[in-house]
Amino acid sequence: MREELFMAGTGGQGVLLAGQVLAQAVMEKDLNVSWFPIYSPEVRGGTTTCTLVITDGLLGSPITGHPTTMLLMDGRAVDQHLARIAPQGLAVVNMTLAPRLPSLPDVKIVTIPATDIAITLGSERTANMVMLGAYVALHPVVEIDELAAALDVLLPERHRKYLQLNVRALQAGADAAQQAT
Amino acid sequence: MSKRVLLRGNEATAEGAIAAGCRFFFGYPITPQNKIPEYMAQHLPEVGGVYLQAESELAAINMVYGAAAAGARVMTSSSSPGISLMQEGLSYIVGAEVPCVVVNMVRGGPGLGNIGPAQSDYWLATRGAGHGDGRCLTYAPYSVQELYDWVGKAFEIAERYRAPVMILADAILAQMMEPCRLRPRAEPPPLDKPWTIGGDSSTRHRNIINSLYVDHDEMEEVNRRIQARYQQAMRDDLYYVESGADDPEILVVAYGISARVCETAVERANQAGVRCRLLRPISLFPFPSARLAEWAAQVRRILVVELSMGQFVEDVRLAVEGRCPVELLNRTGGNVVTPEDVTTKLLDMAAERPGRNE
Amino acid sequence: MSETTHIQLDNLQVIYKKPDALTDTPMRYCPGCTHGIAHRLVAEVIDELGIKHRTITIASVGCSVYAYEYFDTDAIQAAHGRAPAVATGIKRVRPDNIVFTYQGDGDLAAIGLAEVLHAASRAENITVIFINNAVFGMTQGQMAPTTLLGQKTTTTPTGRSVERGGHPINICEMMTCIPGVAYLARETMAAPKYVNRAKRSIKRAFEAQIRGLGFSLVELVSSCPTWWGLRPLEALKHIEEKMLPQYPLKVFVDKVSGAGEGGEGNA
Repeated sequence: MREELFMAGTGGQGVLLAGQVLAQAVMEKDLNVSWFPIYSPEVRGGTTTCTLVITDGLLGSPITGHPTTMLLMDGRAVDQHLARIAPQGLAVVNMTLAPRLPSLPDVKIVTIPATDIAITLGSERTANMVMLGAYVALHPVVEIDELAAALDVLLPERHRKYLQLNVRALQAGADAAQQAT
Repeated sequence: MSKRVLLRGNEATAEGAIAAGCRFFFGYPITPQNKIPEYMAQHLPEVGGVYLQAESELAAINMVYGAAAAGARVMTSSSSPGISLMQEGLSYIVGAEVPCVVVNMVRGGPGLGNIGPAQSDYWLATRGAGHGDGRCLTYAPYSVQELYDWVGKAFEIAERYRAPVMILADAILAQMMEPCRLRPRAEPPPLDKPWTIGGDSSTRHRNIINSLYVDHDEMEEVNRRIQARYQQAMRDDLYYVESGADDPEILVVAYGISARVCETAVERANQAGVRCRLLRPISLFPFPSARLAEWAAQVRRILVVELSMGQFVEDVRLAVEGRCPVELLNRTGGNVVTPEDVTTKLLDMAAERPGRNE
Repeated sequence: MSETTHIQLDNLQVIYKKPDALTDTPMRYCPGCTHGIAHRLVAEVIDELGIKHRTITIASVGCSVYAYEYFDTDAIQAAHGRAPAVATGIKRVRPDNIVFTYQGDGDLAAIGLAEVLHAASRAENITVIFINNAVFGMTQGQMAPTTLLGQKTTTTPTGRSVERGGHPINICEMMTCIPGVAYLARETMAAPKYVNRAKRSIKRAFEAQIRGLGFSLVELVSSCPTWWGLRPLEALKHIEEKMLPQYPLKVFVDKVSGAGEGGEGNA
């Protein structure tokens, strides 16, 4: 098994944290994992991406030219990155912020209204967890409760009060993905 | 075995130094290594250590010089433009024969360049240590775990040769997270050595730390002594790792993050029926020339992959001495070579066939 | 028949000698240069404070590059201008040692200005002896940051002008506003009457460090007969007549005696 997951969005959307939560949960399952971020120089509002490689074998390159899976948080991320997804790849797209999609015959695209769901739950900022929940429903490398345990490790002290909200967002994302497919 | 924790390369480097008994850090902020000084600022005080933010890299490396002369396990870290500024101090450290560890998380250049990953400080690292006949013993880890482990080994090597050791990595290794197994933090070794300054000098001959030798013969003698240590390092502290086919037609040579990329590419090429082997130097100076020469006599071609404009490949060609063709695949400026790029190149090279005369 | 003077050896007393903190190495300074007096004063202070066994001398780059040969202490030689950074590294590792740098005006006021100002602003607990003779001596008489306006040097052959060489830098006045400074004074050795107060300031500076009060610096307005093109005595007169108006003697900061800025010892 080798999964090359690419996540992209705008600074402040929590792309990096979502990637770290997944990496932490994967590590606890004794799999090999790498998490590698790229951000633009501006602290807020620039493009942010991270790449995770998840494998039960030799990890090798943490970099990939053609990711097998993409989680794309908005239209800019779709425009900039979707074209280089691997053939037969899976793309999960936040359709609240990316209403128009190109047609790629070889790619499975699952659209999730992640930001709408997050707003309904009470915080727009949990859209990252909605997307992550959707991803693990479609590609079950870890369970939702394993992500919840990882969040418990990684959430900074000042954000601990949002732990349950984030777990609800993970579950809501998983539910939405099941409905969408 | 200890539990694995998810750490950034920068954090693993800093924690690895503390675990190895480093208690003094002097540095100046520069991306992409800022998590090292931040980690040191937070965690060195826990173990009675000193973190100090210098006014420049010039000052930082000279603080390191002073602390090393006083007998401390001491470290600084920076990225390419900052390492340029440290060359003067490194030259004094070489000449005065004191040990220290310098971490360079290389970024794109020249000039201000960018904060993307690069390996374009290969010459600066392996030929560097500023003016004069000195060089930096240079080691290039390729994972978060290796950063943690090698920064500790670097102190031992530095102290063995009373010389600066550079840990050379890049913006990817610095910022990526991977699981890492940590050791308990070791106590630092005693400050007093026969050559250190400080403490009570009334009980011994006074010590002088100096790189000024006006007498030409004396200076030459010092240079020969320093070179002899490099020769000893070539025997005792030469490190490289090989993986892949045992009877390769193509040998891939890469270090650091490029070697990570090549590991995947070599695996894929072997699966596609092209017999490839990866030779990954961990020590860049000393360089595994003899081992490369052995392979050069056996393989059809050599592929060098680096994130610079043909710096590392020169050392490979010097070792190969024309025994077989050496090709270069490279990106620079913050761009990376992907496993797909390397795999395609390997398949193309195999298809071209005749390399050496046969 | 000749008369012989008999000296009674058992009645001899040592009333003046080389300080213990100086080695027997002959100094390489030019005749008439005041480096020798400055070295002696520092060494006397080290002896009187009983700190020779725990003092570390930091030599810089300039005429005093060999300071490590003259002071009989542990010593290190620093790159041009970087002595306060080297001192910082040593002092942080060895806080119980007494660390002093000995720097000229090129070293401290030109290439090393950042290092000395930041060491002061960190209240680094070190002592700096700053030799200001308004010229680069070792490199053969070029303009220094402290060269007087109109002064001829090998790189200001018609005299220093503001247009081409800028203004002289007054280090002490510049450092007076830095809170980390515990002792700051400008002195000279241009005549016997100045020498004792110069020594008193040097002693205060070392006391500041011993008491952990922070950064201390004594600027010593010095002579360079060789590159000024003057005889030794003329050079001392030149200090009094030309240098002191630009660089007035003053204790700028004194937290040792608790007198505060502009306290005891004002010129």
